[in-house]
Amino acid sequence: MEMMVDEVVAKYNYWIYVVLMMIGFYAMIGKRNLVKKLLGLNIFQTAIILFFVSTGVKKGGGIPIVDKYQALAGGVDAASVVNPLPHVLMLTAIVVGVSVTGVALAVLQRVYREYGTLEEDEILEKVQQ
Amino acid sequence: MTASSLHLFVLVVPLLSALAVNLLGRNSRQWIAPLVLGSLTFSVFASLIVLVRVINQGTLRYTVGNWQPPFGIELVVDPLSALMMVLIAVVALLASFSSLKSVEQELPGREHLFFTLYLILIAGLFGLVLTGDAFNLYVLLEITSITSYGLIAMGRGRAALSSFNYIIMGSIGACFYLLGVGYIYILTGTLNMADIARILPTLNAPVATATAISFSLVGLWIKMAFFPLHTWLPNAYGHAPTGATTMMAPLMTKVTVYLMVRVILSMYTPEQVFTHAWITSSVVWAAALAIICGSAMALAQKDLRRMLTYVIVAEVGYMVGGVFLANANGLTGSILHIVNDALMTLCLFLVVAAIIYRQGSVSLVSLQGIFHRMPVTMAAFTLGAFAMIGVPPTCGFFSKWYLILGGVEAGRWEFVIALVISSLVNAVLFFRIIELAYFGSLADGEHHEHAASERHEAPWWMLKPLVLTAILLIVVGLSTGPLVDNVIRLMIPVGF
Repeated sequence: MEMMVDEVVAKYNYWIYVVLMMIGFYAMIGKRNLVKKLLGLNIFQTAIILFFVSTGVKKGGGIPIVDKYQALAGGVDAASVVNPLPHVLMLTAIVVGVSVTGVALAVLQRVYREYGTLEEDEILEKVQQ
Repeated sequence: MTASSLHLFVLVVPLLSALAVNLLGRNSRQWIAPLVLGSLTFSVFASLIVLVRVINQGTLRYTVGNWQPPFGIELVVDPLSALMMVLIAVVALLASFSSLKSVEQELPGREHLFFTLYLILIAGLFGLVLTGDAFNLYVLLEITSITSYGLIAMGRGRAALSSFNYIIMGSIGACFYLLGVGYIYILTGTLNMADIARILPTLNAPVATATAISFSLVGLWIKMAFFPLHTWLPNAYGHAPTGATTMMAPLMTKVTVYLMVRVILSMYTPEQVFTHAWITSSVVWAAALAIICGSAMALAQKDLRRMLTYVIVAEVGYMVGGVFLANANGLTGSILHIVNDALMTLCLFLVVAAIIYRQGSVSLVSLQGIFHRMPVTMAAFTLGAFAMIGVPPTCGFFSKWYLILGGVEAGRWEFVIALVISSLVNAVLFFRIIELAYFGSLADGEHHEHAASERHEAPWWMLKPLVLTAILLIVVGLSTGPLVDNVIRLMIPVGF
């Protein structure tokens, strides 16, 4: 038991991402309301963003902004700054996530106009009629 | 324009003309057709030149913004991606002739919006086959997906709902792929595919590597609608505007299968992916099930377009199964089938578009006696059906031959049996339609008002690409030998 707690505490960032991801996954699969499904998708994407960003962290690392002349003269000690690349990647992933959400909301508007509801059960009933 | 970066222009020209279509097409419709056809024609010729150059000189590389790899994004054109570029350009050009006509009818006043998305989607597909960077691949995957969500949602009735389900499934797939890339980045510290392939085998981290591989492959399987993750596809492609399906059905799943091949060959090594026999064998079993279930569900459909969407699900099973046979013949068959299946699907969906243009419906009942009304269209349909069944000398036969050879060689009898059964089911499927279309009435002798009407062929804009595609089916079939020797063999890893 103690070992398991240690394991969780030592790698808590990964556990948080797994838990968040499962919450999002549950919302996408289990919820019957289409907007809630979309929110689940957003939580799912956020979990992955947190996962990526947390991989860039280093103990005692500072922000990755260095003096140009100092860096040209002596180079950069990689251990002294956090890895900025995952952050940059996630900026792109956030943009992708925002555009997916935007398209999905626009599509949901059309679904609402078509069926007058966003509850999946009611929509399926109307489809079958 | 320098000649050495020609492959970049294959991508850039459709992308820029997407903007032009939106700006100019807003005011006057006359701009749309020349811009769409002009840019895609350019892509066809440019990609053909690139293919010849790659065969003669070997792999071409291009560093974007002069950031040297492995730090910058690299575009890589090897024989396989050059072949895919030609395929995408040709299929997109042929489909766009028909799309221009059917969009004019189905979405009047919104053509400029439709073709903006259409061209961005094609540019995204070019990007997918060009890129040599794992994260860039994710971004391009989402560009193609987001544009296709939009295109599908432009349809009527249930289209918006189907599009939403596709958004949820597609985003889960993309997120899984991204997660796989995350693990790879933690392991290797690089995102360049060639660099990953160099570093990954030197690490001794079998569990983490396996996790990364399985996340990224499952993500791609969702995107390509591999059974049992296929549920979004029939609705999405069945309800989209006809013009969108004509281009997306042949290209989207096939390019995703290409991505799977690319990831297995260029990012990981085949040895890493195929280490565990139980994994490869369960994937082949899933593929066999995909083939059988896809064919069985196709049999149950009462609408030609929906039937074809289930045939696509079965065909994805062919290709994934062929790759996971893990031998040279299976892989050759899969890559060949990507090309052949894109052309066969294009041919059949062009027929669907032509029939919908003339009579608004492709339900099996409305197809009675259609041979007399649209003889050329239905002749092309027959050829496409023969290719799907696998009758020589159409191209479908040759890739199936390689797949069956690979299956026998690997001793995977379930896959071989599934292939044979699926060919038989396809024969039943298509001959049922050909019989209905030729001999007119259903078994109960019910008379339909269409049945005896005079000849009413599809417009030339739809007929020409259709006839050309039907001819291509035979031409590609007959040139299988050179295609395999000059292009595909180069991609098979040594000792495989």
